[in-house]
Amino acid sequence: MSLLSLRGVRKQYGENVVLDGFDLEVDAGECVVLIGASGSGKSTLLRCVNLLETVDDGVIELAGADITDPRADADKVRSGIGIVFQAYNLFPHLTVLDNITLAPIRVHRVPRATARTRAMEMLERVGLADKASAKPDELSGGQQQRAAIARAMVNSPQLMLLDEVTSALDPELVGEVLDLLRELKAEGMTMLVCTHEMAFARDVADQVCFLHHGRPLEIGPPAQVLDNPREARTQEFLRRVSGTTGR
Amino acid sequence: MSTTWQPSELQRERIAYRRRRARRSTVIALVSSVVLLALVVVGIGSTPGWPRVRATFFDVHRGWEALPVVAEGLWLNVRVMLVCAVLIVVFGLTLAILRTLRGPIFFPLRVFAAAYTDVFRGLPLLLVIFLLGFGVPALQLRGLPNQAVIWGGAALVLTYSSYVAEVFRAGIESVHPSQRAAARSLGLTYRQTLRFVVLPQAVRRVLPPLLNDFVSLQKDSGLIAVLGVIDAIRAAQLETAEDFNFTPYVVAGLLFVALTIPLTRLTDYVARRQGWYGGGGGPV
Repeated sequence: MSLLSLRGVRKQYGENVVLDGFDLEVDAGECVVLIGASGSGKSTLLRCVNLLETVDDGVIELAGADITDPRADADKVRSGIGIVFQAYNLFPHLTVLDNITLAPIRVHRVPRATARTRAMEMLERVGLADKASAKPDELSGGQQQRAAIARAMVNSPQLMLLDEVTSALDPELVGEVLDLLRELKAEGMTMLVCTHEMAFARDVADQVCFLHHGRPLEIGPPAQVLDNPREARTQEFLRRVSGTTGR
Repeated sequence: MSTTWQPSELQRERIAYRRRRARRSTVIALVSSVVLLALVVVGIGSTPGWPRVRATFFDVHRGWEALPVVAEGLWLNVRVMLVCAVLIVVFGLTLAILRTLRGPIFFPLRVFAAAYTDVFRGLPLLLVIFLLGFGVPALQLRGLPNQAVIWGGAALVLTYSSYVAEVFRAGIESVHPSQRAAARSLGLTYRQTLRFVVLPQAVRRVLPPLLNDFVSLQKDSGLIAVLGVIDAIRAAQLETAEDFNFTPYVVAGLLFVALTIPLTRLTDYVARRQGWYGGGGGPV
């Protein structure tokens, strides 16, 4: 059974329909990459899965439970899902370590010492052990994004949502973040990723989903969707992307 | 950086130029200040009434005489101000948080907080002092204190809390929504998000305007004199009544200024050290 299952998900802002009856299945341990033009609904989809937006119709199931049910405990659902944002969204008034330990201590009631040990292990993993007591604005963009990934990972989520996590980074910093995501994938983390990094999608994705006007227009393994797209829209999008990034 | 680095000819010339410019600026500032001061002194000093004004407002001997009494009054101002400031922060922050609460159960609290700030920001402080200071004791209720200083302080707290609540609310709303999103996505509840993510950032941001309100409070604490409390202003007034020399008022004014200046400087210093004002903007 799929870990995450979306059926007929609809989201609109006023007249603007962003998600128009969206269906998607993500199996445990799978990495699904969402591609598509700006405004095609990728970020909204992730925000809906994390309950940062309320869906206007349809069902999202996580491990068999309907999380779009208004009776579901949204805080509990969110604490089992990690999300990483394009703009990092680290808390600027807290040190890197305190950013990471905030949720374990306050939400999961982990003793402070245990939380700090686990956070340090996590920082070690993302290569930021020496930055534990630094404030976020003392870090480079790539370091901030790795700290944000550590913050999302420390809760041991069953699903990670990654929203254009490399789009705000200088080209030479993109690699360090993507390498980290490759490791997570290798460890069996289930991931739903929005990205414009086609090379990353080809390398890591089990499935690539091309969004167009709020629907999954084409979905399949990267070799099919990225290299032999059936749909004219997909072909056009890939041509435009490769034209701008030189890939 | 290499330790053998010596500034180049070009850089030495730049440094010398900047030093010349700085010296020139200092001289200009000095000259313009002296000229302006001289103009003011000569201008005021040559008015026909100046000897009279000087004797009435700036009598050094009279001022020295009045200093202990006025200073004792000022000590009351300071105590009133300190106690009120603590209560105002607590009450103002509570009001601000009430206004940001969501959910139907909080509707009456939201309405109360909004109505409260509307009313007390509009009411003149003097009016509130009169109403509480003379009105409440006149009710002759048992168990309520009837010292003027307490009701005067209460009036200050009620009025200033409404200003401070709006300052806090502005700070809360200035924290970017993405910060809330990040906090909620980690599983923090609405309340935890407010407590650990939004408020710490909001309070730092509003520290300068908050301090402004407290400097203003320090001065307005003198208004409770209308209830007959002997604070610095009232003490000066009593001194003045003896011989119609207004120098005690000037003494009180100087003491108030002497109190506020260190307070402002201290906050600026602390805020800058903590980096609360954001990164430096370089030479521009």
